[in-house]
Amino acid sequence: MKLMKLLATAAMALGLATTAMAEGHGEKTKVGFVYVGPVGDGGWTYEHNQGRLAVEEHFGDKVETVFVESVPEGPDAERVMTQMALEGADLIFTTSFGYMDPTINVAAKFPEVKFEHATGYKTAPNVSTYSARFYEGRAVQGHIAGHMTKSNIVGYIGSYPIPEVIRGINSAYIHAKKVNPDVEFKIIWAFTWFDPAKEADAAKTLIEQGADVILQHTDSTAPQAAAQAAGNVITFGQASDMAEYAPMPRVSSIIDNWAPYYITRTQAVMDGTWETKMTWDGIGPGMVGIGEITNAVPADVKEEALALKAALADGSYHPFTGPLKKQDGSDWLAEGETADDGTLAGMNFLVEGIEGTIPE
Amino acid sequence: MATPVLAVLVTMVAGGILFAFLGKPPIEAIRVIFWDPLFSEFAFYYRPQLLVKGAPLVLIAIGLSLGFRAGIWNIGAEGQYIIGALSGAGVALAFYPLDAWWIFPLMVLGGALGGFLWAMIPALLKVKFGTNEILVSLMLVYVAEKILASMSLGLLKNPEGYGFPGSRNLQQYPSAHNAEIFTGSGMHWGVAAALIAVIFAYILLNRHMLGFQIRLTGEAPRAARFAGVSPARLVLFCLGTAGALAGMAGMFEVSGPSGQVSIDFNVGYGFTAIIVAFLGRLHPIGILLAGALMALTYIGGEIAQSKLGMPSAAIQVFQGMLLFFLLALDMLTHFRLRLAAKGVA
Amino acid sequence: MDLSAINPFLLLCAILVSATPLLFAAVGELVVEKSGVLNLGVEGMMITGAICGFAISVNTGSPWMGLLAAAGGGAVLSLLFALLTQVAMANQVASGLSLTLFGLGLSALIGQGYQGIKPPEFPTFGVVVAEATAERAALVARLDILVFAAIALTAAVWAFLKYSRAGLILRAVGESHDAAHALGYKVVRIRVLAILFGGACAGLGGAYISLIRVPQWTEGMTAGIGWIALALVVFANWKPWRALLGAWLFGGVNVLQLNLQAAGVDIPAEYLGMAPYVITIIALVIMSSDRSGAPASIGRPFHASS
Repeated sequence: MKLMKLLATAAMALGLATTAMAEGHGEKTKVGFVYVGPVGDGGWTYEHNQGRLAVEEHFGDKVETVFVESVPEGPDAERVMTQMALEGADLIFTTSFGYMDPTINVAAKFPEVKFEHATGYKTAPNVSTYSARFYEGRAVQGHIAGHMTKSNIVGYIGSYPIPEVIRGINSAYIHAKKVNPDVEFKIIWAFTWFDPAKEADAAKTLIEQGADVILQHTDSTAPQAAAQAAGNVITFGQASDMAEYAPMPRVSSIIDNWAPYYITRTQAVMDGTWETKMTWDGIGPGMVGIGEITNAVPADVKEEALALKAALADGSYHPFTGPLKKQDGSDWLAEGETADDGTLAGMNFLVEGIEGTIPE
Repeated sequence: MATPVLAVLVTMVAGGILFAFLGKPPIEAIRVIFWDPLFSEFAFYYRPQLLVKGAPLVLIAIGLSLGFRAGIWNIGAEGQYIIGALSGAGVALAFYPLDAWWIFPLMVLGGALGGFLWAMIPALLKVKFGTNEILVSLMLVYVAEKILASMSLGLLKNPEGYGFPGSRNLQQYPSAHNAEIFTGSGMHWGVAAALIAVIFAYILLNRHMLGFQIRLTGEAPRAARFAGVSPARLVLFCLGTAGALAGMAGMFEVSGPSGQVSIDFNVGYGFTAIIVAFLGRLHPIGILLAGALMALTYIGGEIAQSKLGMPSAAIQVFQGMLLFFLLALDMLTHFRLRLAAKGVA
Repeated sequence: MDLSAINPFLLLCAILVSATPLLFAAVGELVVEKSGVLNLGVEGMMITGAICGFAISVNTGSPWMGLLAAAGGGAVLSLLFALLTQVAMANQVASGLSLTLFGLGLSALIGQGYQGIKPPEFPTFGVVVAEATAERAALVARLDILVFAAIALTAAVWAFLKYSRAGLILRAVGESHDAAHALGYKVVRIRVLAILFGGACAGLGGAYISLIRVPQWTEGMTAGIGWIALALVVFANWKPWRALLGAWLFGGVNVLQLNLQAAGVDIPAEYLGMAPYVITIIALVIMSSDRSGAPASIGRPFHASS
């Protein structure tokens, strides 16, 4: 008897879920955002929230956006997504790699709701993925870094040893080396995306060991502050423009600009033209922005950097163009060959010339 | 029974003032947090979620409460939870992709054993050397977190995960999946285990010699020693049980709702469970209710965030207030009773 | 690998800076625990101090006012704990954990609108380690007055506990509150004062992070330093000078780890990160035979009617 009752409840639940979705299609399109950090982190989540605000501004009364911040990856994320879907969201952006399986799970339960998962690799009929080719921006940074360093030591603060971070290190190194054959990279793995105290310590350590350029793949502005205190050290903004540290130490930045993508996809849902896509956009479509290059950079270097940016944008140049060898000396790309997206997506090796290893 | 209700009411008033101060409609906010998860249009989804969120809290808190009653302070359940999850998932991944009915039971044992062994470190150090178990168990949480990070990036990393940290998803490995017993009910094996633990603890404390010894040691340690209670045995039992239950909680979580080992797998259940244990006055039934209340504020808090745009910090403050009022009012009444008793004497 | 890149003097200074917030919080907690109270809310008080200090120094333009506010903020929060545990007789472990939860939320609420702002610069003084050359800028070790203030505080607490009458009473209360009560000491009042002192110190430690070491405000920026401070007190066997040593060790492992990585030494960062905790456990075991430092009534509630 009890079992029957439970099964009946479950069936009812499923039925309700579908009606809830039907009701969701009112005149307003409802867009949900799930954030891994607080909107005030000044980096990753902050930029996604800027994207959300841009959607609100662009569509005005035609959309309603909702968000939940600081959602741990795992069952909590699954619950938040389900709750948004139940409350009638038409489109949900899940903005952290760890939301991948929860997104797929929830999407299976709500076939009418569209999901967009950032930085993942799993799709479904109603799940798209999107990510940015930040490594294109790293090429521009590497170029400037190679020119600007006097000590020939560039410090790099990595977060976790994952393909995205490794791509960035390789791309920056290749382009720094191109303009300055003597350049050397010192890498610190911080094992965090966001820990200002640790990032500050890492930056100070790199500076003390002679680095006069700091690249960071962590999200806080703490390394900028450390560079400012040291003087004569240049940095680049990460995720956000970090313009409050311009013109020195911050001489440029990589900006995650999700707004155009969020607006396009919201529009697609409104028009009923939404379909599953795996988007991996770079400088060209505007997903990766290069923040203003300040006057601390000599005019000729700035010009070259902008030319490089233009070449990356129109696709005439790929940051990983051969000849390139892996760190162990084995061949990777032949003369003129460019890296395929598959290799880049799972990149787990450093290129020739970089010292140090990827921690396991 | 009246004080917890009073504490919740006081929190509603204070929280309402806070929400109003933040420019949110206070009455609606309170309704969303406490009412919506239980009785709103979508309560059919939130009610099972209360079980999912509450079960690990209750399971861990039951184990902790035994020790707390005897004056044995294990505050490292978070570490035991992590190690339990790692060993449970480790068992599963060792057999992947073998399909066999005995894998899941073996994982339960593995998880319990992992948590048990991790808890044995402070237990044995206390018995052998008299080392303070509060601190050793706390230190071991950090060690466990580092092991977790190392495992997600190394040994247990999904070989088909494109180099990203995190293990295979056990939800997609049927022999290892801690699935819901009835679809949509939220009842997974961890919920069942939590309920069994409540009953087990109730019987132990009320009907069993060991339970009597635990209570006696907590209330009158010297009398307990005269009564022939072996403190060493009690330490080993209490820490061991707490560790095993926390380890099982971790295992049920990693094989069910969470699905995979990842760097941020632990979300503080081990610490929250300490609060739950005290809110429940270290009584099994009380812990069950306290776990449900905590789960309610988590889920209601999330709804308030997305429905009313409430910052997550406001929810945290609200939870903190609830705990303060519960602790304060609970003890005030306790204190007044004692004074009254004294007055009579 | 290039170990020559590590300058010992710079390393030393970095360790001093890294140890300072830990030391503030640990010395404060040490006094609290010496009075027989275990306050697990250090992390919550630190982060509250961090935002109070930050907000006030931004609004007044004076870092000194900020430090004052940080100490005040930490103390006010700890007053909540004192009320709960000393007046309402609530359990200390649960109250302390609740305090951390509350403090993290409260600081995030106060801090809305303070992200991305630079605080007024805190005066530091530099020691030139290597003059500037054509290739590189001068190497300058930067220290600030608080680094020394923390050490002075350690000395003061040591002297207070060891030589002053008030310190003796505090320790007596921590050893046996019943005996101290029988001797006519106000156990609750003494403990409340100790808790307030601990809160103020934790607040200062937090402000050191948000005003000097980082310096900026971000939610959750203390990132577990309060918990390490708790470990440190035990590691130190409740002796102030050992707390100083421990702070250098804990801060040192962190800084050294980064230095070795930057120098290209292949070290498993996670395992090195475990080291301080494992060392603490070993130290605890070794010191278990010598329990002279541990206050006997730690964590036990006291009320005069019993």
